[in-house]
Amino acid sequence: MERRATFRSPLLPWLLVLPQLLIIFVFFYWPTGEAFHWAFTLEQPWGGGRQWVGWQNFQEIFGSAAYWSSVRTSLTYAFGTSALAILIALLLALFIDREVRASRGWRVALIWPYAIAAPAIGMIFRFVFDPRAGVFSTLNALWPGAWDPALNGTHAMLMLILAGAWQLVAYNFVFFLAGLQSIPRPLIEAAAMDGAGPLRRMRDIQVPLLAPTFFFLVVINLTDSFTNSFGLVDIMTAGGPARATEIMVYKIYADGFKGLDYSGAAAQSIVLMGLVILLTVIQFRFVERKMHYR
Amino acid sequence: MAAIELAGVSKTYGTNAAVREVDLALPEGAFVVILGPSGCGKSTLLRMVAGLEAISAGELRIGGARMNEREPKDRGCAMVFQNYALYPHMSVAENIGYPLKVAGVSRTERQARVAELAAALELTPLLARRPGQLSGGQRQRVAIGRAMVRRPKVFLYDEPLSNLDAKLRVQMRLELRRLHERLGATSVLVTHDQQEAMTLADHLVVMNAGRVEQQGTPREVYARPASLFVAGFLGAPAMNLLPAEVLASGDTLRLADGTLLRLPEAVGHRGAVMLGIRPEHVEAGRLPATVEMVEDLGASVLVHARMPGGAALTLHSPADAAPARGEEIGLDLPPARLHLFDPASGVRLPLGRIPASQRAEDGLFVTSASL
Repeated sequence: MERRATFRSPLLPWLLVLPQLLIIFVFFYWPTGEAFHWAFTLEQPWGGGRQWVGWQNFQEIFGSAAYWSSVRTSLTYAFGTSALAILIALLLALFIDREVRASRGWRVALIWPYAIAAPAIGMIFRFVFDPRAGVFSTLNALWPGAWDPALNGTHAMLMLILAGAWQLVAYNFVFFLAGLQSIPRPLIEAAAMDGAGPLRRMRDIQVPLLAPTFFFLVVINLTDSFTNSFGLVDIMTAGGPARATEIMVYKIYADGFKGLDYSGAAAQSIVLMGLVILLTVIQFRFVERKMHYR
Repeated sequence: MAAIELAGVSKTYGTNAAVREVDLALPEGAFVVILGPSGCGKSTLLRMVAGLEAISAGELRIGGARMNEREPKDRGCAMVFQNYALYPHMSVAENIGYPLKVAGVSRTERQARVAELAAALELTPLLARRPGQLSGGQRQRVAIGRAMVRRPKVFLYDEPLSNLDAKLRVQMRLELRRLHERLGATSVLVTHDQQEAMTLADHLVVMNAGRVEQQGTPREVYARPASLFVAGFLGAPAMNLLPAEVLASGDTLRLADGTLLRLPEAVGHRGAVMLGIRPEHVEAGRLPATVEMVEDLGASVLVHARMPGGAALTLHSPADAAPARGEEIGLDLPPARLHLFDPASGVRLPLGRIPASQRAEDGLFVTSASL
């Protein structure tokens, strides 16, 4: 079937897509191009002359211990959040799929956390994890100093991971549930006839058949944790204590807008962009193609 | 002895009854076929036996023991599903070996039994493949292999042949029957295909609207359908059903066009009846009819004729003496071949048999059609 629309004038189709192209250009390609430009120049903090410096900005950030520390922090946060979010979402979906069929209402309710803006989540979790007034204050009442994300870097990271995972669980859950419900019912029944109990069926049939969903979510979650974590960090820890939670996006912001090192921040954002592009390529090249059965 | 017994088994979904009070005793070692149109509850019945559906009321016994509350795996049944339900992420060998793996059989024994089964089912060259790389017939055999591997006492088949093309279906039918003879287990197969049912069954159960309409050997059910439904459902082409009336004498039948037929023996019923006769039993004779359509079946032709009163009649005719369309032909409805049903309840009306000698004299009695 011919699905292409034919236009008499070659101008009309371009006019139709022009608004979208403009938006993409103004808000994506232009800033990206600017960032590229800045990454290879030395920008004055208050504007004015800029100087071409080649790879110097990159050499500087790759030679900086603080930068590598932020990469490590980012990786810890990204993998921690993704693993936790995927695991919890998978368990929730497995149990919901087994017990409550056709629970459309629950599905909608469970995706809501994803629609909450990160700063709002950050605020909520700041209260929850507050060492003096939050849920964990009872812990401190028993063992003073047992929980203090304001002083202890590990606690702060744990808190961020929990908050980040809380948001992603909702998203992952919906995909897992949809994946589970698309597994043909007879397969589960066949496994039951073959002698497998519910847990065995989850392990042998449902989880392996969810592999495409699983890899999709790994990539999406990692990308999301790298790029969308700014709001949480800014509200909850502001990168502290002692840079223990200074992830890559937060460092870009801190260096660029607080330290006024535009060029260094631009170089960092180019590196981060490269990382996200890499993940996306993996997603399309390997995951989408290889993980489908039959 | 009955391998599977159902006593008053029902299945209700809310207020909707899918299976109503089914009583069945399926003989051990028999090939039982449950036949019925879609939505008659036959699959639900099978799934209740398997343990995939809860039984709403009644009792299910397999090998004498109550099974209602048992898990599917504890019932000693294996099942072949309509769409085979092979695990797409496992190879053929893993699929067949899965029940053994779950049962905790050692890897070496598992491999030995899978290899043995694969040889029997001619699957040996395919063991490393995934189900997605197999043809329909091969998938079917893998599904059967997976069911066989645990050596169950009962095989349940849920429309196993309906996804195959016509030629393969006939071939698999034979294979299923052969397999059944070799294994000696009880097989229960659900189908909507009456030909499949006739050819496979030792014991045929016809279901309609959640109830068992009739059961017995295929021959019995075919020769003496217990109800209008069974008469119309079993047999292809279907039995001719003509509205008629039993006259006061009780041994004469008047068709819609006024033709009178003498019955071999008086029946108790008076008034309106449904008269049934199978197409292969309609013979040449003196009842006028017009040929409306001729279908060539190869071995014979199927003639669709219409009688003056408007009643349609199909009959078989030898291929080399086929009548042409529009031709006037003469028919005979041999009294010994007639079936009578109550038009309201659909129940078969008992029809006496007459000795062969007498039948020869007055096979048919025709008067003028001017009534």
